[in-house]
Amino acid sequence: MRLTKMTTRISALLAACALIFTFVNPPASRADSKPHIMTATTDLAALAQEVGGEKVDVESIARGYQDPHFVEAKPSFLLKLRHADLLIVVGLELEIGWLPPLISQSTNPKIQVGAPGYFDASRFAKILEIPTGQVTRAEGDVHPLGNPHYWLDPENGLRIAKGIQNKLSEMRSGDSTYFAQRYDSFEQRLKQADEKWLAEMKPYAGRKIVTYHRSWPNFAEHFHLDVVGYVEPRPGIPPSPQHTVELIGQMKRDGVKVIVVEPYFDLKTPNAIARDTGAQVVVLMPSVGGEKEITDYFKLFDYDIAKLKQAFDTTK
Amino acid sequence: MKRFSAVSLVVLFSVSAYAQEKPSISGKQDVSPAGAATIAPEEVRIRALEEQVRTLAEEVALLRGELKTIRDTKSADPATGSRLLLASTRMEPGVLPSSTPSTVAPVPAPEPQIAQTQTYGGATSNAKLLNPDISLIGDFIGTAGRNTISPSRSLELHESEVGLQAIIDPYARADAFISFGEEGVNVEEGYITFTSLPAGLLLKVGKMRAEFGKVNTIHNHALPFIDRPLVTNNLVGGEDGIDDAGISLSRFLPAPKNWFLQGTAQVFRGDSSDVFTANRRQDASVVGHLRLYRDLGESTNLDLGASYARGHNNAGVATTFDPANFLTNLYSADATLRWKPLRRAIYHSFLLRNEFFWSARDQLSPLNVFQTQHAFGLYSDAEYRVNRRWTVGGRFDRSGRATNANLTDTGFSGILTYWPSEFSQIRGQYRYGHLWDVPNDRFTNANEFLFQFLFVMGAHGAHPF
Repeated sequence: MRLTKMTTRISALLAACALIFTFVNPPASRADSKPHIMTATTDLAALAQEVGGEKVDVESIARGYQDPHFVEAKPSFLLKLRHADLLIVVGLELEIGWLPPLISQSTNPKIQVGAPGYFDASRFAKILEIPTGQVTRAEGDVHPLGNPHYWLDPENGLRIAKGIQNKLSEMRSGDSTYFAQRYDSFEQRLKQADEKWLAEMKPYAGRKIVTYHRSWPNFAEHFHLDVVGYVEPRPGIPPSPQHTVELIGQMKRDGVKVIVVEPYFDLKTPNAIARDTGAQVVVLMPSVGGEKEITDYFKLFDYDIAKLKQAFDTTK
Repeated sequence: MKRFSAVSLVVLFSVSAYAQEKPSISGKQDVSPAGAATIAPEEVRIRALEEQVRTLAEEVALLRGELKTIRDTKSADPATGSRLLLASTRMEPGVLPSSTPSTVAPVPAPEPQIAQTQTYGGATSNAKLLNPDISLIGDFIGTAGRNTISPSRSLELHESEVGLQAIIDPYARADAFISFGEEGVNVEEGYITFTSLPAGLLLKVGKMRAEFGKVNTIHNHALPFIDRPLVTNNLVGGEDGIDDAGISLSRFLPAPKNWFLQGTAQVFRGDSSDVFTANRRQDASVVGHLRLYRDLGESTNLDLGASYARGHNNAGVATTFDPANFLTNLYSADATLRWKPLRRAIYHSFLLRNEFFWSARDQLSPLNVFQTQHAFGLYSDAEYRVNRRWTVGGRFDRSGRATNANLTDTGFSGILTYWPSEFSQIRGQYRYGHLWDVPNDRFTNANEFLFQFLFVMGAHGAHPF
């Protein structure tokens, strides 16, 4: 008696679940409309927009003023990811703390790791600071696959855009000419802009700078700057008094006059160091969207280079 | 030379593997898929030669690396083979990591195709890349003070949790967490998640923490306190909670714009700590969960949940009654408010969480009459991240006992947490309890100080939000 009652109850429950799951409308198929591209960061979104133009919808998970290491895996991102046709990630374990659960919970087979809609931009870029020896966390939060802030080199931007062009052409072969044209135009404009940037930065070639986090090796290499120290004693470790004292000594010895800080770090320690060394703190944007006026990949470099020039000029 | 022959062998025997590998290399244009299937011997030779060149390039890279090590004390020990192979798949020998910028004009961009080419050499060391992500979390807890009701050890390595996580195949991933405690080994969780099912379904099969409320899903080391709330111990199975072998199916449900609604249905064997006991095979327990979430701006969000669990208990065992008639029904509601400003995410955040539990447990009264005990419990938790290293928190506890709802325990805790880095954590907790002392038939006060050291080795995957 009781048993049958329970069986009925369980079957009723299962039936209810089945009802929920079957009668709920499946997400509208977007096969005919524009491909929906999700990117981990705004820079990749900007590059995808350059190539995809009006034939794609692009959205980034992280904001430009947010530390890309520490994004929260909010369920609201799942709503966006589950309809995505393409997911572009920075890779090199930058997003290891938040992206894997988003991908696996997205219930979107297209963007699972290794699926055609999973696009790791680091495969196309020149990667710096790949550890060549044993890797331990005594060095802090090291990235065993290399420095993931590679998009801050326009040449890498171009390489990634090329990769995106190929991927989009593969996904929408009918529009491949359009994507090729967009890429060619981007390449031409970027090369022009890069010449201008390099010319602007030429007077400061070889200048020594200190940065908060190791976000700038590709930028520094491209624009011939010399990063001689970091405000963080080790990547991901907050500043310590002892390291700060050492850094101040080093900056005085080497005559370093500029401290580059990302927008998501506290300015207290950099300001204190600047007071002691006569250096200037300059907040550079590592990503598109870091400030309102940085709306695309070009404006990112425009902004950063203008800020840097100003800092170099005022400190001599 | 030995390596070279190994490389050629691998190349020869992995033609089919190459064909499979190829689609994953996006944007690759230089080899057509048909060509990969029928490679001419010359091409194999050319490729082998390419491999040799690459091997040499790696050796140059190695030497440069060593030179750099000597020059620059900042860099680490000489390269190991596997690491270097990994590195060399992504870069050209001329662009080794260097802290000094090159003074020559920028070289033209290397073709992406080159950077992507797979390296087949060193197959044995690269095979390790298929190992799962392995991590170990040590959880050391010490307790001082007085608690006669639920005493814990003065010092213990409470738990060492080994995590093994990997993508299984294009359709699934798996996660296993094996916990070594003072009493033995326990598979805390071990399940496969099918990520590529149709109709937006997410299927998990294995042993897992049930989707019942919030605190039940969280591993010990990820909790914002050292112990578990009183209500967990009184009503929801204590430290292990509802953690059982079963099947879980979840799906996003339609919701108004910007709302996230997810439904989860789970069926378990029916054995979970002292909450559920499967006396017979058909005594399966079921758990249902609804989660409603909304962003209230980019920094603030609201997370609501309702859960239901039902299973058999052991109250009827060894009595004249039919054990099949003794059920436990659990209900819970949870609400979480989070605030984390994006620009200062690593410095400041705030979380306020409340969870309410209702338990309806069939049992026998002292006079051997069938009855249902209705007990209620809750906890309320607030945490504030003061700066990058410090967090303060507090928790209020109140809960009846599952077997005697008239006995209500109360308590509160103050918690202080310090993070030397992301991979270790030191925490202190003061805990007060106003607990019912059954043998003496009166309330008694417990005042305790707990401290905890947590450390993480290896690549531990992200935790659920």
